[in-house]
Amino acid sequence: MAQLTMAKALNLAMREAMAEDPTVLILGQDVGQDEGVFRITEGLLKEFGPDRVVDFPVAESAIAGVSVGLCMAGFKPIAEMQFSGFGYHAFHQIENHASRFRNRTRGRFTCPMVVRMPYGAGIRAIEHHSESREAIWAHLPGLKVVIPSGPRNARALLRASIFDPDPVMFYEPKACYRAFKEEVPEQPETMEIGKAQVVRAGSDVTIISYGASMRPVLEAADELMEEYQIDAELIDLLSLVPLDTEAITASVKKTGRCVVVHEAPRNCGPAAEIIARIVENALMYLEAPVQRVTGYDLVMPFFNLERAYLPDSTKVITAVKEVVNF
Amino acid sequence: MPRGKIELENYVESLSILDAEGNVDSSLEPKLEPQELRKILRAMLLARRYDERMLKLQRQGRIGTYGPALGQEAASLGPAYVLSKNDWLVPSFREPAAMLYRGWPMERLILWWGGNEIGARTPDGVRDTPICVPVASQCLYGAGIAWGCKLRHDGTVAVCFVGDGGTSEGDFHEAMNVAGAFNLPLVCIIQNNQWAISLPRKKQSAATTLAQKAISYGFNGMQVDGNDILAMITAAGEAVDRARRGGGPTIIEAVTYRLGVHTTADDPKKYRTEEEVEQWKCRDPLSRFYKYLKKRGVLDDKARDVMEEEIGAEITAAVENAEKYEPDILEPFHHCFETMPNYLEAQLGEFRAYLDAASGGEGGASGQDNPALYRQVH
Repeated sequence: MAQLTMAKALNLAMREAMAEDPTVLILGQDVGQDEGVFRITEGLLKEFGPDRVVDFPVAESAIAGVSVGLCMAGFKPIAEMQFSGFGYHAFHQIENHASRFRNRTRGRFTCPMVVRMPYGAGIRAIEHHSESREAIWAHLPGLKVVIPSGPRNARALLRASIFDPDPVMFYEPKACYRAFKEEVPEQPETMEIGKAQVVRAGSDVTIISYGASMRPVLEAADELMEEYQIDAELIDLLSLVPLDTEAITASVKKTGRCVVVHEAPRNCGPAAEIIARIVENALMYLEAPVQRVTGYDLVMPFFNLERAYLPDSTKVITAVKEVVNF
Repeated sequence: MPRGKIELENYVESLSILDAEGNVDSSLEPKLEPQELRKILRAMLLARRYDERMLKLQRQGRIGTYGPALGQEAASLGPAYVLSKNDWLVPSFREPAAMLYRGWPMERLILWWGGNEIGARTPDGVRDTPICVPVASQCLYGAGIAWGCKLRHDGTVAVCFVGDGGTSEGDFHEAMNVAGAFNLPLVCIIQNNQWAISLPRKKQSAATTLAQKAISYGFNGMQVDGNDILAMITAAGEAVDRARRGGGPTIIEAVTYRLGVHTTADDPKKYRTEEEVEQWKCRDPLSRFYKYLKKRGVLDDKARDVMEEEIGAEITAAVENAEKYEPDILEPFHHCFETMPNYLEAQLGEFRAYLDAASGGEGGASGQDNPALYRQVH
């Protein structure tokens, strides 16, 4: 076991996959010589050479579209978008081709590719570098959307995504890249995409979140127990598509109360879908309306204001108390 | 630094071999055996008659909207003719001549325009990608396929098609830039048919030629008479050979003309004159090639009549086969992902219940309420 940051754990997952499978390639801006702007591809150019770790021209649509073509030619590309805010250029290729080729060719051509993107706020980055727009991708049929929250699940989920037979949008919470370390096993580890984790069992209320928002949720859960004797059950979704309806439903049936937390804006955000599933599957178990702690429906503020605009433990605690005292 | 003119390494050539009367420039005439020449004529004729039949089928409501390629047979067949089986052809949607030549069964193309995904399923043994609708987007996966060819070092190449309108898209630029930067074995054929629906070529770009765009990406371009099959075969053959030998990409601008509608959903009379169309009809790729073959004594009217009869029967059989096809109404659920996730299984169950009810089963309404659905369910 080694103590790794998420940045190192993601790097490890790619190194392992590339060593095992010669068809795995990395394409992205500054991923080779510069080892990625967040150093996620550190050492990989040296180890695997420029045919497999490709410093790509500044063209996100091309990174995605060329990856689609490489899939047809029998490769498994890992496409890196430097920031999710620039991934919109690639939207067209991902929606019109990556997500559809399996269906439209009735399985003759498939797109076993991963599109990695750092998302979210928290590192005081300049404009366009801090948005959480995962809901956009979750809306597109034919794509999986995976979002890790810590080093260990990041490594296991990235491995699962690389070897998944279908395209996976892999959203990396950049605020977590170096925020903390975790024990990561020596041997390659994988996780099933689409399974949520109950990271803490509890009886009074279910708090559902994912990605970077898991940090304030964990803090809030500690404080809720210590200060208010509220025993919260925490669910880390880990993937938005597939969404683990069973885990959500089982927990809400048990606690009867629920708060959903994410950085993304509220309108048509992931919480809306999560709450719809609760209504469909566990309405009669609810003791209180479900609350959302999310980004506001605003353009992401510049970094001097970003902290106040993000979900934090105070906002989560307020929402939980309202739900519990309803 | 003094001021001066920068000499560029790359250049654009032009090529024309056969004139509108079927006279050949013998210094440029490719050496093709009579048997090959007859095969080429047949492939062009097949595409022409297929287009004509498809327009009729559309009018009869037997297929959906159709985008004919009338007049562009040489521009799309030439590049297909020079490819090997293991190469890749990456079409847009006006390349039936190329696709049929490469081995796509005609019924599959009919099925695509008839609204069936099976028409986008590349047949086994063929490497090509299916018809692509979003303009120029295919250039990027074409570049990706070419990249794969290069990584495998197996001497295969990719040919992608785009229209004159498509050259204004960002994806065209990104694909050509990547092809140049990585020296990919990609040949891009621009079918410049003069009209992007209603926008004429001169309003699409201020560039004198579309072929010259190659220069900005660091490789050569060629502007070819796209209605001259001999010129298209020669130009594409050279470009494909160069790509195969590691010499990198080429842009070939095939100057042609869309004799028909953009699709059956538009009326070209709104934006172009009949005189213009008539002028281009005089430069029809099929008639000029036929004149050439007659002059060379490769074919006479009688042999052509026999060919026409065979083609007519082939098309009729393809239409019959296509119309026998019954889509599986549940199939889309099975091809979204390799393994169906729980949420889709649940939606499939919901859909099945709806179908059962609609077809009169399980206490639902009578199937006569919805005969089309009833037919599909049973």
